[in-house]
Amino acid sequence: MKEETSNNSRRKFLKSFGISVGAAGVVSSFSLIGAAKAATKKPAEMVNLLTQDGQLVQVDKNQLRPTVNEPLDELQKRGREGIPGKSFVMVIDLSKCRNARKCMSACQNHHQLRADQHHINVLQMQDAEHTAPYFMPKPCQHCDNPPCTKVCPVDATFKRQDGIVLIDNERCIGCRFCIAACPYSARIFQWTEPKDAEKYKDLTYNIEANVPQKKGTVSKCLFSADRLREDKLPSCVSACPNGVYYFGDRNEDAVTNGTTGETVRFSKLIEENAGYTLMEELGTKPRVYYLPPKNRAFEFNGDLLNEENLH
Amino acid sequence: MNDLPKQKETNLSFEKIKKDILHPMQNHKGLELWIVFLITVISVCGWAYYIQLKDGLGVTGMRDYVSWGLYIANFVFFVAVSLVGMLISSILGLLRIDWITPISRIAEIIAVAFVAVAGLVIVLDMGRPDRVLNVMIHGRFQSPILWDVTVITTYLTVSALLLILPMIPDLAICKKELTKASPIMKKLYNILSLGYINTPEQHKHLHKMIRTLMVLIVPIGLAIHTVTSWLFAATLRNGWDTTIFGPYFVAGAFVAGSAALIIAMYFFRVNYKLQDYITDLQFDKMGKLLVAVCLVYLYFNLNEFLVPGYKMKTGDDIHLKELFYGNWAIMFWASQLLGNIIPIILLVNKKFRKPLPIMIISLFVLAGAWFKRYVIVIPTMLHPHLPIQNVPENFVHYYPSAIEISVTVLSFALVLLIITVLSKIFPVVPIVETAESKGIEVKIDA
Repeated sequence: MKEETSNNSRRKFLKSFGISVGAAGVVSSFSLIGAAKAATKKPAEMVNLLTQDGQLVQVDKNQLRPTVNEPLDELQKRGREGIPGKSFVMVIDLSKCRNARKCMSACQNHHQLRADQHHINVLQMQDAEHTAPYFMPKPCQHCDNPPCTKVCPVDATFKRQDGIVLIDNERCIGCRFCIAACPYSARIFQWTEPKDAEKYKDLTYNIEANVPQKKGTVSKCLFSADRLREDKLPSCVSACPNGVYYFGDRNEDAVTNGTTGETVRFSKLIEENAGYTLMEELGTKPRVYYLPPKNRAFEFNGDLLNEENLH
Repeated sequence: MNDLPKQKETNLSFEKIKKDILHPMQNHKGLELWIVFLITVISVCGWAYYIQLKDGLGVTGMRDYVSWGLYIANFVFFVAVSLVGMLISSILGLLRIDWITPISRIAEIIAVAFVAVAGLVIVLDMGRPDRVLNVMIHGRFQSPILWDVTVITTYLTVSALLLILPMIPDLAICKKELTKASPIMKKLYNILSLGYINTPEQHKHLHKMIRTLMVLIVPIGLAIHTVTSWLFAATLRNGWDTTIFGPYFVAGAFVAGSAALIIAMYFFRVNYKLQDYITDLQFDKMGKLLVAVCLVYLYFNLNEFLVPGYKMKTGDDIHLKELFYGNWAIMFWASQLLGNIIPIILLVNKKFRKPLPIMIISLFVLAGAWFKRYVIVIPTMLHPHLPIQNVPENFVHYYPSAIEISVTVLSFALVLLIITVLSKIFPVVPIVETAESKGIEVKIDA
């Protein structure tokens, strides 16, 4: 009986992930902003929208803004609590990455970042002098022993019950200790007024997407916690054209590929492909697993790495 | 001790001591000009901070990789220098070493000024200084920053007490003697002197309190610099991830603090004409002390660089090569040689421990100590575990911006202003203690 329930819930979870993968291309919550941006050159362009009482109205595309209905308190509370029963993990298959960088741009779009600001960064790696170079997407590792949250003086960055490490830019004092503490260089700082600050200034702050970004505070990868709440895969995972990313729940032992929608057993995937975590000797216990870049699906087409890049 | 230059025995009476020490406080024209100059510098550089406040930390040279820069280096330097208060007036004081009597107050003034500004420098470095109270409201005691806030405020408080309490008898004299002082100052002397008239009972109580504080400040002083080192050592970065950072920083702090004290001693001696009080003996002894602390620091440097340099572990290797013969070599070797090794060699010679030569050597030591902090903070941030890629060119290097340099000048000017003001309103050499140490009878009228 108990087993059946857990099977059911897993099926439901996988189903919803499958649906969201299929739907992601069609109704991304931020596609409206994209449309609004594309329309800036043609100010007169109007779109038809259905109001709540059933009337069809026309609105200038430039006027479209994303909405968040929940008040700040509610968003902050549920954002700090996390999603009960979940334990999110990501698997990155390095043999499939060809540096398409769709993950990076999808992430920057979602989190209102500039082109030089990376929550996820595709790095050209070469482990030793005579080893093969490869591309390595590097999001926040969402460590289970996070060096960053330990040092935060105000509990602005914290780890929630579902394993995600978030940053609260309503509380962050901008001391940047967490940036210094992170061995994966996963965190960024808003040194100046964030991108489109004026446009988003009236938006209610959503801690699970860390938008709108704020000047003088730290920002980081959040596994798209806002999308997870809607049973969608993270932006980077959905955006990948090459099947690099798997994302899912360690409690369910299931991860879904963001490109193919295929769901596999997490433990089997790791075991059969010699999965590993980055710099495990540091004891940070990352939640992002890597599959080694063997039998690459794409040739390495990066600049040949010079030593200077390999700090 | 016997080989020391015999100081000229001038016939000092209590009246003469009072006059010599109190006179320059009120009759020094240059001092007021100097204060005006410092205030001007602070105002101009305050404008730079205003721009930083308005436009964000983007006006600095810091970016995502080098996210701690000049300000943090300054912070470590200021905390380091402030440790001289604990070294001189507490450790040496508790050991009842008598030659420190005329310079202990200068040491305390330096300690108070530097630690107060160190606390401010951290706020100058914050991305959201408007949220500084979050540290109280949402403070997490697991964070080393909370430990730093705690020990710095404690050290500032105890240092200020160690400045004021031993000064109470002197303040009672100021109240009487400084007839030209403004009414506000007279009131201040009146309040701070607490009605002290040097009765045996008052004397006993006062010295009991001072000794308690002198003991208390030893662990606090050790704590401020140890905790400051932990801001770095608590991370997993190459160059910071080391276990000796606590004592290494404390040893370095004694070097920086002693050098700063020697420089201050020289300027007070010359400007306040205190040659009879801050004598060649004090410079000679301070020179020996500086050699001792430099040798300890050298020993720590040997451990800190030779051992990982021998192993050349992955990660450490790039960092160390950059320091030893890469982009940071000039700064690294200059701070080691000019700031430590050469001063040791020179100062073992008696003739270099004369006031002027030792002051010049101390300038090098102090500058070296500052560059040493810079070399501790910035190169490590440039050498993270993973490669720096897909970011603009200015993320890969770090050069402090004009704004950052201006704000740095502001903090240094503020330190000098605090020292100057304190030395203008308070006697820089203890009057009563000096008289007592020379066996001259002290009389304080009610």
